[in-house]
Amino acid sequence: MTAPAVDARRPTDDGRFGAYGGRFVPESLVPACDEVDRAFRAAWADPAFRSRLDEILTGYAGRPTPLTPAHRLSAELGITLLLKREDLMHTGSHKINNVLGQALLAQRMGRTRLIAETGAGQHGVATATAGALLGMATTVFMGQRDIERQALNVFRMRTLGAEVVPVHTGSRTLKDACTEALRHWVTAVADTYYCFGSVLGPHPYPWMVREFQRVIGDEARGQAAAALPAGTPDVVVACVGGGSNAAGTFAGFLDTPARLIGVEAEGGAALSHGTDGVLHGFRSKVLQNHEGQIAEPHSIAPGLDYPGVGPEHAYLADHGRARYVTVNDTEVVAAVHRLARAEGIICALESAHAVAWVLRAVTTGEVAPGATVLLTLSGRGDKDMATLMELT
Amino acid sequence: MNPLETHTRRVRDRGRKLLVPYLTGGLGAGWTDHVLAAAEAGADVVEIGLPFSDPMLDGPTIQRASDAALAAGATVDGILADVARIDPGVPMAAMTYANLVFRRGADRFCAALRDAGIAGLIVPDVPVDEVEPLSRAAAAEQLDLVLLVSPATPAERRVEIVKRGSGFVYTVSLMGTTGERPALPESAGALATALKQLTDLPVLLGFGVSSAAAARAAAEHADGVIVGSAVMRKVLAGATPAEAGGFLATLREALDRPDD
Ligand SMILES: Cc1ncc(COP(=O)(O)O)c(C=O)c1O
Repeated sequence: MTAPAVDARRPTDDGRFGAYGGRFVPESLVPACDEVDRAFRAAWADPAFRSRLDEILTGYAGRPTPLTPAHRLSAELGITLLLKREDLMHTGSHKINNVLGQALLAQRMGRTRLIAETGAGQHGVATATAGALLGMATTVFMGQRDIERQALNVFRMRTLGAEVVPVHTGSRTLKDACTEALRHWVTAVADTYYCFGSVLGPHPYPWMVREFQRVIGDEARGQAAAALPAGTPDVVVACVGGGSNAAGTFAGFLDTPARLIGVEAEGGAALSHGTDGVLHGFRSKVLQNHEGQIAEPHSIAPGLDYPGVGPEHAYLADHGRARYVTVNDTEVVAAVHRLARAEGIICALESAHAVAWVLRAVTTGEVAPGATVLLTLSGRGDKDMATLMELT
Repeated sequence: MNPLETHTRRVRDRGRKLLVPYLTGGLGAGWTDHVLAAAEAGADVVEIGLPFSDPMLDGPTIQRASDAALAAGATVDGILADVARIDPGVPMAAMTYANLVFRRGADRFCAALRDAGIAGLIVPDVPVDEVEPLSRAAAAEQLDLVLLVSPATPAERRVEIVKRGSGFVYTVSLMGTTGERPALPESAGALATALKQLTDLPVLLGFGVSSAAAARAAAEHADGVIVGSAVMRKVLAGATPAEAGGFLATLREALDRPDD
């Protein structure tokens, strides 16, 4: 098979992945986005910046993460399943990869304060962690509903010295936290850096966050080459909220024959059920009504409870380079338990979406017997114990 | 020249300061009575907000107004049908967010505005770099597309914005969302003055113009003011059209008699 003719390595200069992306923000934020764009290009081309980031990722945050063969589950399913263990990263998820990159960039730009939106709280905890590490004040916007269901992460953020601002508008989840963080940024651009938690937002964020997350895919590709006789897996799968762990994973495999599968939450599936729209500064697939009012998604996994998706995924979907599927809450909870008992790994509800799809795909034949599957386990499940306890 | 800009220039050239109130569309059954009362009270243009579920540039008051209108079942089509039935005697301009425009398609959206008798369009999350398709759609319907200049806008961009915008220049007085403020920052007047040196379009100041005193101060430098949250707070608190119009009349008075 030849390499697919899709080039998502870099968007256009105005931040387009095909028809998606761009920069749909108020005039007050355009110069700030321009400045982030210029600073990121310079930093990413600067070996000193890259080595400082590598140093922190390895010496502090726990890279590289292992690619763990899921021996017992593989045997049960009749496939070879490899888990890319982002759950082992400091703070408990892949979010820290991106945050350390952006926080170093913010520091290089002379900013003294970080703001972020968070859903599950994992990005908030990662940002609070980077703020503490680099001595920057941190404010995290979080929907009131998520504050209630992710109390542990709220307490972690506060322990790390961050301010957590409850958001009471709309569905009181990730979408509203993001809107509120953007409103706040307008008032504070002079000293404040907005640290987006996924491949979302105005250009250059979707591209920049993907670059900071591509370490997942780059590492996994090398590890898979060593672990698999064929060199590359047949299937690469990751969950998709905004799409950062999936985009980072896919980046390592775009030019291989591997099938790329992104798994959305049934109640928040912008790629599977959405239409073209503009939200939070970029054009992509969005869950909305016929007039363009944004829908309120519903997922047991707060990190996937978002009505949009990163523009790069909309582009990959249009070109058929990646396929996007959904699983429901019931399948997800079952997947958490199955993985826990088979492998001794309690993963996050978000990550369990990828596991649930593999479990189903083996029974439907979408994943053939004997196939090799590389799955990014984006985070660990500690934060979700209260949710799971309520269900048992 | 399109009808909105012809009007705003004529008012400005007569030596009258423009008063442009913002009213959220679809808020309550008789909401268009507020538009008529605003015109009666001396508004030169009335801005009609087409509410969006996620208004990124709006502060608490207009967020509340938008949520209330949507909760009451307001739709773009419904608001435009209401608008088509009134004639306030001054031009109306729609203010909304990009997603409502692009969902329908810029061409169809602009055609629907024109059919309803609306003469201008303001979309704060479509900055000048992204404006091309919308500009073309608006021009095809003789709608003026009003662009915003912010205190953060660098000098070269100001030139580009005043060149690409029409109707009037919407000068954002401060780095923030819409909402009432005790007074305008000093820098707002200086920005308006700088813009007037760049363009012959009327230059209006908005965001945080909350009182007669603020309107009078703004008009020392600008060709007029846009007033949103201060009116909408009263409307949300149950002000009748006559009461909200009464408030606007005090602003009219302040703009007409700068020396009082
Ligand atoms: C563990 C985990 N996985 C996945 C996600 C979804 O984000 P993304 O799609 O950007 O990877 C989140 C978001 O909070 C998360 O916490």
